[in-house]
Amino acid sequence: MKDNSVYEKKAKTERIWKGIITACGVMIILLTISIVIFLAVKGTKTFTVFNHSVGEFLFSSEWSPKDAVGQAGGKVGAAVYIYGSLLTCGLSLLIALPFSLAAAIFMTEISPRVGTKVFRPAVEIFVGIPSVVYGWIGLTVLVPFIKRAFHARMGGFSVLAAALVLAVMIFPTITTMAADSIRSVPDLYREAAYGMGSTRFQVIRKVVLPAALPGIVTGVILGLSRAFGEALAVAMVIGKTRAFPKDLLSPTSNLTAAIAADMGNSADGGEANTALWSMALLLLLICMFLILVIHLIAGKEKKNET
Amino acid sequence: MRNLNRGKKLGAIIIAGLFAIGLSACGTASAETIAKTENQTTTAGQTTTEGQSTTAAAAKKTGTIKGSVAAAGSSALLPLAQAAGEDFMQENPDCTIAVNGGGSGTGLKQVADGSVDIGNSDVFAEEKLDAEVAKGLTDHKVCTVTMAAVVNKSLGVTNLTTQQLTDIFTGKITNWKDAGGPDKEIMLVTRPASSGTRALFKKWAIGGAEEASNAALETDDSGTLLQTIEGNDGAIGYVALPYLIKDNAVMAVAIDGVDATLDNTYNGTYKVWGYEHMYTKGEGSEAAQAYINYMMGDEFAGNIEAMGYGVSSKLSQDAAASHQ
Repeated sequence: MKDNSVYEKKAKTERIWKGIITACGVMIILLTISIVIFLAVKGTKTFTVFNHSVGEFLFSSEWSPKDAVGQAGGKVGAAVYIYGSLLTCGLSLLIALPFSLAAAIFMTEISPRVGTKVFRPAVEIFVGIPSVVYGWIGLTVLVPFIKRAFHARMGGFSVLAAALVLAVMIFPTITTMAADSIRSVPDLYREAAYGMGSTRFQVIRKVVLPAALPGIVTGVILGLSRAFGEALAVAMVIGKTRAFPKDLLSPTSNLTAAIAADMGNSADGGEANTALWSMALLLLLICMFLILVIHLIAGKEKKNET
Repeated sequence: MRNLNRGKKLGAIIIAGLFAIGLSACGTASAETIAKTENQTTTAGQTTTEGQSTTAAAAKKTGTIKGSVAAAGSSALLPLAQAAGEDFMQENPDCTIAVNGGGSGTGLKQVADGSVDIGNSDVFAEEKLDAEVAKGLTDHKVCTVTMAAVVNKSLGVTNLTTQQLTDIFTGKITNWKDAGGPDKEIMLVTRPASSGTRALFKKWAIGGAEEASNAALETDDSGTLLQTIEGNDGAIGYVALPYLIKDNAVMAVAIDGVDATLDNTYNGTYKVWGYEHMYTKGEGSEAAQAYINYMMGDEFAGNIEAMGYGVSSKLSQDAAASHQ
C-alpha cells in the first residue's frame, strides 16, 4: 500500500515534467515555424506585390529599389549580393578545410593526448569568441595588412579579407565535427590496416578518412551555414561595394551585409525594405537546403551501417 | 549513478525554469511601474494645462515633470537626444528618458504604431510613411545638422566646386589630379542607400545625382567612415559636423569656396544641411512635450552648438526658405 503511493507520487511528477518538457519543445517548434512563415510572407511580397520576377531578383545586378511606402518600379537585382555571399563562403571553406582536417587528424590520430588535453579545448574557445571581435581584429589588423602587402586599391577592404575572417570563424566548427567523426571510426579498422602492413599515413588516408567522411561533410556544411549567416564580421571588412569583384583584392558586398546596412533606415513596407526581406528569405532557404543535405548524408550513413 | 545523473538533469531544468519565471516576473514588475508612472504623468498633465511654454518653464524651476519618455530612430540625432535626456532628467528626477537608435525608418514606424513616444528622423515623415499615417504625426524640428565632404588631411585639397564634387561622387573623375589635387586615385567612402546623411548630401551637395555605388566603399556608420578616410590618403566621404568636432586627421572641404560651418549654415550660404526631426503621435504626452521643449529651449541651445548641431531658431530667413 505504502509502496503504491510512492509509485503514484513518482508517476505524477513524471507526468508533470513530461508536460512541461513537451510544452517547451512545442513552443520552440511553433517559434521556428512562425519565423519561417513570417519570412515567407514578407519575402515573397517583392514578387507578389511589387511584381518583380524571381529571375530579376536572382540574376540581375541592377539594384535601385524605391525607398518610400507606396512607390514601386525600382530595380531589385540582388545578384551582386548573392554572388558575394557564395564567393566569400566558398573561399573561406577552401582556406579553412585543409587546416581543419590537419588539426582534426593531429588531435585524434597523431597525438590524442595533447589533442584532448590542449588542442580540443583551445579550438572550442574559438567557437565562443564573439563575431564582433573577429570583425574588429579584421578591420584593424587584416585590412591594413592587405592594403600594405598587396597595395589593394580600395584600402584593403576586399573579398580576401572577408574570406580570411570567415575561414577563422568556421575553422573550429569543421575541426570539432571532423575530430569527433574520426574518433568514432572503430579501432578494428585501423588494426586491420596496420596488420596488412600499412604505414600510418596510409591508414589515415585510405581507411580512417573515408570512414569518417560523412561526419566531415556534416562539419563542412555546418561551417558553411555559419559562414552564410555571419553578418557583422563580414560587413566590417568586405567594403560593401555594390559591384562584382574584379579580383580577390576588390571589395564587394554580400546578402547579410546588405540587409544589415539598410534594414533600420529603409521605409517599412516599401520596395527597398521588402527586397531586403526577400534576401533574408533567400538566406533562410540556402541554410535550410544545407541542413537538408546533412540529413540526407546522415540517413545514408545509417543505411550503410545496417 | 543513473539516478544521480537524472537528479542533476532535473536540477538543471528546475534552475532554468526558475530563471524563466524570475525573468517574466521582473518583466511584469517593470511594466507595472511604467504603467504607474504613466498614470502619474496624466495627472500631472491635468494640473498644468497652461500651455506648452509655461509647462517647460515650470519644469526648469521646479522639476515637476513625471513619467517616462521612450524615443528611437535616427543615429545622427542620437548623441544630442541622449545628452538632452540626461540634462532633462537631472532637472526632473521623476522623469525617465530613454533614447535608442535603430535608424530613421525604424523611429518613424515605431512612433506611428505607438511603440515609442518620440520618433527621431533625419527626413520628413512623408518621405518614409504613408501620407495618411504621416498626417497623424507632429513634426518638431529640434535642430539642424550640417553635412561636410571630408578628405584626409595629407591630401591637400581644401576646396571643391559643386561640379567637381558631383563628378567625383558619380565616378566621372577617378583621380585627384582632375580635381585640383595630387596624382592619386580617388577612393569613395559612402553611406548606405537608406541613410539620411546620404539623402541630404545627394540632394544638396551633388544636385540629386546618383552616387557611384559600384565603385564606392559603404560604411554603416559615420565613425567607421572617418576611420577609413584617416587610413587612406586618397579617400573622400561625407559626415555630419558633430562627427568632426573631435577628429583632427580628417578635414572638411569647402564647397564652391564656402566652408562647412554653422555660421554659413545660419546665413544661408552653405546649403548642405537638413533638419533633425522629433515626431510625436498627435501632440505627444506631457513628458514628451516637456522634453522636446527643453531640447529646443534657450538653455540647451549652447549645448546643441557645442555638439556640432545647429539651432533651428538661428536660421536666417534665406536659409530657412531654401529648405522648406
